[in-house]
Amino acid sequence: MNAVGGAVSLLATDRLAARRRGILLGLGTCAVLAALIALGTGAVAISPLQVIAILLAQFGIDAGVLVVPQQDAVLMSVRLPRVLLSLAVGAVLGIGGAALQALFRNPLADPGLVGVSGGAACGAVAWIVVGGMAANWSLGAWGLPLAAFVGGFAAALGVYAVARSEGRVDVAMLLLAGLAMNALTGAILGYLIYLGDEQQVRALTFWLLGSLGGATWGTILPALVFIAVALVSLAPLARAFDALALGEAEAGHLGVPVEGLKRWTVAGVTLGVGAATALTGIIGFVGLMAPHLVRLIGGPAHRFVLPASALLGAALVTLADTGARMAVVPAELPIGVVTSAIGAPFFFWLLRARMRDRGWR
Amino acid sequence: MTAGHGLCAHEVSFAAGDKRILDRVSVCVEPGELVAVVGPNGAGKSTLLKLLAGDLAPQAGEIVLNAKPLRGWNAAERALQRAVLPQSPSLAFAFRAWDVVELGRHPHQGRASATEHHDAVHGAMDAADVARFAARDWRSLSGGEAHRTHFARALAQLWAPLADGRARFLLLDEPTASLDLFHQHAILARAYGIAEAGAGVLAVLHDLNLASAYADRIIVLSEGCVAAEGTPSAALTGDVVTKVWRVPCEIASDAATGRPVVAVRRATTPPFAARLAAE
Repeated sequence: MNAVGGAVSLLATDRLAARRRGILLGLGTCAVLAALIALGTGAVAISPLQVIAILLAQFGIDAGVLVVPQQDAVLMSVRLPRVLLSLAVGAVLGIGGAALQALFRNPLADPGLVGVSGGAACGAVAWIVVGGMAANWSLGAWGLPLAAFVGGFAAALGVYAVARSEGRVDVAMLLLAGLAMNALTGAILGYLIYLGDEQQVRALTFWLLGSLGGATWGTILPALVFIAVALVSLAPLARAFDALALGEAEAGHLGVPVEGLKRWTVAGVTLGVGAATALTGIIGFVGLMAPHLVRLIGGPAHRFVLPASALLGAALVTLADTGARMAVVPAELPIGVVTSAIGAPFFFWLLRARMRDRGWR
Repeated sequence: MTAGHGLCAHEVSFAAGDKRILDRVSVCVEPGELVAVVGPNGAGKSTLLKLLAGDLAPQAGEIVLNAKPLRGWNAAERALQRAVLPQSPSLAFAFRAWDVVELGRHPHQGRASATEHHDAVHGAMDAADVARFAARDWRSLSGGEAHRTHFARALAQLWAPLADGRARFLLLDEPTASLDLFHQHAILARAYGIAEAGAGVLAVLHDLNLASAYADRIIVLSEGCVAAEGTPSAALTGDVVTKVWRVPCEIASDAATGRPVVAVRRATTPPFAARLAAE
């Protein structure tokens, strides 16, 4: 009887592992397809074949596909940096959401929660209202993301300091401190917007709602480096996150250095999401949706959830940005409007589903 | 007290605010023995277990694990040498029972082969009688089934002896609380088997007869102090039970093992009724 049960369980384990590999492959394909669609869509249409030909041509390979010089210029100088940024931002929002959900042991957590997004927004708005618009634009292009990053980091540090006592970080306190921090950053934002003139308020509003329109090779490179560091530092934590699902004391019993894990996670998420928010403004709900969806199809093991959330986040943001570009041609919608329009109903559904879960459990 | 290969608390005290929970308590678990800690509510049993597990640090005294102060071992090293089954284990997210038990292998990542991991998880699930739930979402398990799944996780953690011969210890906080009669005895028989195989086991128990039937040694805690300690017959005397638990009782002797059996007599005046009558 036990031998039979064991054999069945072994098969089930292998099947799940194979299924997860398949899902990761599928999500990777989705991200690539989303990138091809995004690269090809716009005022100058470029077919997927032409996209590939132009990219290959950069490495000196002639694919033998006819390409107009204008297509080459648009792709290389406008769309490619934007798509790279959307992939990177989506990936870091996805993995950041998954990491915070693991840390809080709560599937409703989101990078906005620890105050990173709000703090980054404050930093950027302060820059725009107080100094940014007075300076010339080339300084503004660097000052804005820098100010946002500093703001995000300061907010996360503040939340962390409040939640920390006697060498430990209490997760419930971290959630409450994040809530208070978001209220504080909201008040600061409101005051700064009140101070701003009409032109500034318009710039602020667009930035607050999220946009990848500012992506150029010059602006995205620092962000890509920061995001890469965040991805590399969060990815190896998967097994520790699994153990953390048992609770902090229990994870400690299993040999996880829990306090170090918490600090490392908050630092990694702040680094990545802060850099992303600096360039693109607040893109809501991706960090909530991506991990939840991949858990639904492949289970909660973080060796799967972390990479899968990154891939799905990358695909989601890239598609959402394409939608934002195409919805009201020749103008653009803020991408945050698109992700929130999809994400908010999803969040309602999630809450209802969890209520039903509780009744059953 | 010798500081050999054991898990020992030396004269530990712990207070929460003004309330003294443990007062200069010395307790030792040696490899190869099953020690039961019993006592009334609030006697400090769970606190003692948390001190031994390293969740709390004693305000006075010291915990020693395998001849080295517990705080001298890092988290990963501690995890190789001792596993803990908490009173009410919980888990976020919809892991399957197999995944839960596999978490017990975390300290051994990179130290054991995939086959060894698999054998340990499989063996532990068989030992805890949960192999047939392996592919099920743990949230669909009953309280007792989930508890046994976590017991299997603790077993998987201590599955193989350590290469350098250091002793392993298993700490169980009320392991029988949510189990039916069969599984109460099954889990303690398994814990006894682990002790026979060379590990030290400390179990916090409420049921004196279960403690008497399986423990090599019983420690009776009362109001933060050790009230009695020794073999079941030495620790569970009529005097001790009556004084510590404030119930009238008779101590019989098990016909097969000679171990004490505690029979509590029905209280003649229900305490609440007496108080009502007095008012």
